[in-house]
Amino acid sequence: MARGTKGRVMVAMSGGVDSSVAAALLLEEGYACIGVTMQLWPEDLPREHESGCCSISAVEDARRVANKLGIPYYVLNFADIFVEEVIDRFADEYLRGRTPNPCIVCNEKVKFGAFLEKALELECDYVATGHYAIVERDEASGRYLLKRGRDRQKDQSYTLYGLTQEQLSRTLFPLGPYLKEETRRIARELGLITAAKPDSQEICFVPEGDYRAFMERYRPESKRPGPIVDLQGNVLGQHQGIAFYTVGQRKGLGIPHPTPLYVVAIDEVNNALVVGPREAVEGWSLLADPVNFIAVPQLDGARRVTCKIRYRVQDAPATIEPAPEGGVITRFDEPQAAITPGQSVVWYDGDVVVGGGIIQKDLKLDGISFPAPGAAAGQPLLSR
Amino acid sequence: METARIYLDHAATTPLDPDALQAMLPFLHGGFGNPSSIYQRGREARRALDEARDTVAAAIGARSPREIIFTSGGAEADNLALKGAAWALRDRGRHIVTSAIEHHAVLRAARFLEKHGFEVTYVPPDEEGIVQVDAVAGALRDDTILISVMHANNELGTVQPVREIAALAREREILFHTDAVQTVGQIPVSVEEIGCDMLSLSAHKFYGPKGVGALYVRRGVHLEPLIHGGGQEQERRAGTENVAGIVGMARALENSCRTMQARAARVKELRDRLEKGLLERVPGARRNGHPHLRLPGHLNIAFEGVDGESLLLNLDMRGIEASTGSACASGSIEPSHVLLAMGQSREEALSAIRFSLGASNTLDEVDRVLDVVPPLVERLRRR
Repeated sequence: MARGTKGRVMVAMSGGVDSSVAAALLLEEGYACIGVTMQLWPEDLPREHESGCCSISAVEDARRVANKLGIPYYVLNFADIFVEEVIDRFADEYLRGRTPNPCIVCNEKVKFGAFLEKALELECDYVATGHYAIVERDEASGRYLLKRGRDRQKDQSYTLYGLTQEQLSRTLFPLGPYLKEETRRIARELGLITAAKPDSQEICFVPEGDYRAFMERYRPESKRPGPIVDLQGNVLGQHQGIAFYTVGQRKGLGIPHPTPLYVVAIDEVNNALVVGPREAVEGWSLLADPVNFIAVPQLDGARRVTCKIRYRVQDAPATIEPAPEGGVITRFDEPQAAITPGQSVVWYDGDVVVGGGIIQKDLKLDGISFPAPGAAAGQPLLSR
Repeated sequence: METARIYLDHAATTPLDPDALQAMLPFLHGGFGNPSSIYQRGREARRALDEARDTVAAAIGARSPREIIFTSGGAEADNLALKGAAWALRDRGRHIVTSAIEHHAVLRAARFLEKHGFEVTYVPPDEEGIVQVDAVAGALRDDTILISVMHANNELGTVQPVREIAALAREREILFHTDAVQTVGQIPVSVEEIGCDMLSLSAHKFYGPKGVGALYVRRGVHLEPLIHGGGQEQERRAGTENVAGIVGMARALENSCRTMQARAARVKELRDRLEKGLLERVPGARRNGHPHLRLPGHLNIAFEGVDGESLLLNLDMRGIEASTGSACASGSIEPSHVLLAMGQSREEALSAIRFSLGASNTLDEVDRVLDVVPPLVERLRRR
C-alpha cells in the first residue's frame, strides 16, 4: 500500500529493535510515520547509566533507524512529567513500604498520556510502540479490546491494563502478531542497526535492576533502620529501611533462624518489617483499588477470570467482584504467594484483558493493626 | 503542493556563500599541499593560508595576522580561550568570571575548570538579557584571572556591553575574552574598539563552511595549547591546517563584511515585520530580550500557554525551520538556560522559540510565516 494512506502515526522509538521494527511495519502497512524518542531523564540529574534507554547512544540508534526508513525524527522532552509521575511516585511508593511497577504508570501517564497528547498536537491520528500486545475493536460492544501478544514470552499486556478506551482507540501495536525472533529477523532483513541489540532491562531508570542502590542515591532518607518482628511482635533483628524490602522476600534479611523467614508485611506506621514462615506469605484474596476496566465498562457482579498478580507469572484462576467500600476483590481458587501492595493485579478472559488494579492489600491482613514492636507478644496475628 | 522550505535559523548555521565555495574548490582538488611542506605545492598552500589570515585579521581589526589562531570552529576557540588562559595563569589566580547566558562551549569549559581547581562566578543578566557591567565588576576578586562575556547572545541576539567590560578588565589587569560567534560578519566587530584580549569566531555563522573558526589572541597574551603536536599556528594549535575551510572562511568573511550594512538593514526590516506581525496577531505573544540592543536577525518570542517544542515541530511539518537555540545532547529541547537566568519560569522558558533571519529571506517568506503561526498557536492552545 502507498505510504501515508492509512493515517499519520507518531512512533515511540527507544533505539531498541522492537520499536525500530514497529516503525518499519507501519510504513509497510501504509501509515505515514514520525519517529520520536522520548527524552525521559532530566539533564540536571546525574545520569544513572550511559547505555540504556534515553542515553545518547540510544538516541543515535533511533535516529539512524528513522533516517534509514526515511521518516522524520525528533527527540522530545518528557523529563518533567517522567520525574513527577514515574520516578518520584516509584520512590514514594518504596518509601511507604510498597512495591511499585513504574512501567504501568509510565504507559498510562507518559507513553499513552503526554506522548499521545503530543502526537495529537502534531496532527497525528495514532501513536505506536513496540509493545507485544494487541488492540482490537470489538464490533459487538463497540469497545477497544486489549489482548495478549502472540509471543507469550514477551507479552506486555499486563503493563498496559491502565489504558482508557480513548487511549486504546489511538494506539497501534504492530508487533502484537509477531514473535520476538520474527522481529529480529525483520530487523536483520531491513539492515537495521538495532537488529542484534539485547532486550532492555526491566526498569529503564534503575541500572542493573538494583532498585535498592537507586533508592539510596535518589532518596537517601530511605536508609532508616527499624525492627524486624515476627508475627507475634517479637523483635528478631534490624532492617536497613523498609524501602529496601518487598513482600515475599526471603534473602537479605540477615536473621539466623531454624526455618526460612519471609517478609509477610511491611508496617509503614511502625517502620517495621513483619516476617513469618512461608505459609504466612500465602493469600487467598486481595483488594485492588483504583481499578481500570477495558473489556467492560464496569464490573456489575462476580466474574470468573484468570489473573496475574505480577508481571511474568502464570495466570491463576480467580473470581472477581466489586468491593463494598470501592475497588475490586479478587478471590483465588488456589492460594497465591506474596500478594504485594503496590503491584498490579490484571484480570484476563482468555487472551482478553478484562481490566486490572493496584493491589492495596492481602485481605487476610484486613483489619489487623500491627502492635508496636516489642510490645507484649501475645496472640499470633495471623491464624487461619 | 510542496512549497519551498523557509529557513529561519541563521543563528544556528547559514548556507555557504557560493563565492566562498569557489574559493575553496582549488584546495580540494589539485591544491592539496600541506602548508608545512617545503616544496612548491606546500608553499602555495601556505600562501593561501597566510592570505586568509591577513583577511581575517583585517576584518576584525587585529593589528597582526599573528594574532589569529585557526581552529575547528567556535567551540574550540572558546575552549582554547578559557582552558588555555586558565592553565597559563593558574599560578596567578584561580578565579574566572563569566555570564550565565554564555554558549555551552564557554559554560561547559568553565564547568570543566571548576572540576580542576578553578572557581567560576556566573553573572546573571537582567530581565532583558543584558549582562550589566556593575554586576561583572561586583563579581571580580583579587585572584580573578579571566573574564569571558559573549559579544551577543545566540538565543536572544542581545548585544552585551563588552567595551565597558573590557575597560574594567584592563583596569584590573584581568584578561578579557569575548565569544563573538554571533556577531562577526553580522555587525561591525573590532578587537581594538572592544579592547578584548581574545575573541572567538566561527565561519559557518557568516556564510562560510562548517568545521572552521578562529580565536583572536592579542599579542603578548600567553595561552597553553589544547592540542599538542606539530608547530602549526605558532605552536598554539597543532594539526595540519584545514586549508580549504580556512580559505572559504576568509572569503565568506570578506564578503559578509562588504555586504554587511545593506544586509543588516534588510534583515532587520524583515525581522521587525515578523516581530510586529506576531505580536499583533497572536494574543499572549511576548518578545524575549532587549528591543534595541539586539542583532538585526534575531527574534526570540514566547507564546504564552504553548509548548515551544510542539510549535517548532508543527512549523517543520509546514516547511518552516526555526529553533529554540538550546538543545541537550540528545537533541531534545530543554528550558533555555538563558531564559531561566533571566528569571523566567520553566514554563515560560519552554514557550519560547527563536527565529533568526538572514541574507536569503524574503518579504514573501515572512508573510507566509505570519499566515501560519497565529492559527497554529490558536490550535495548540485549544488542545
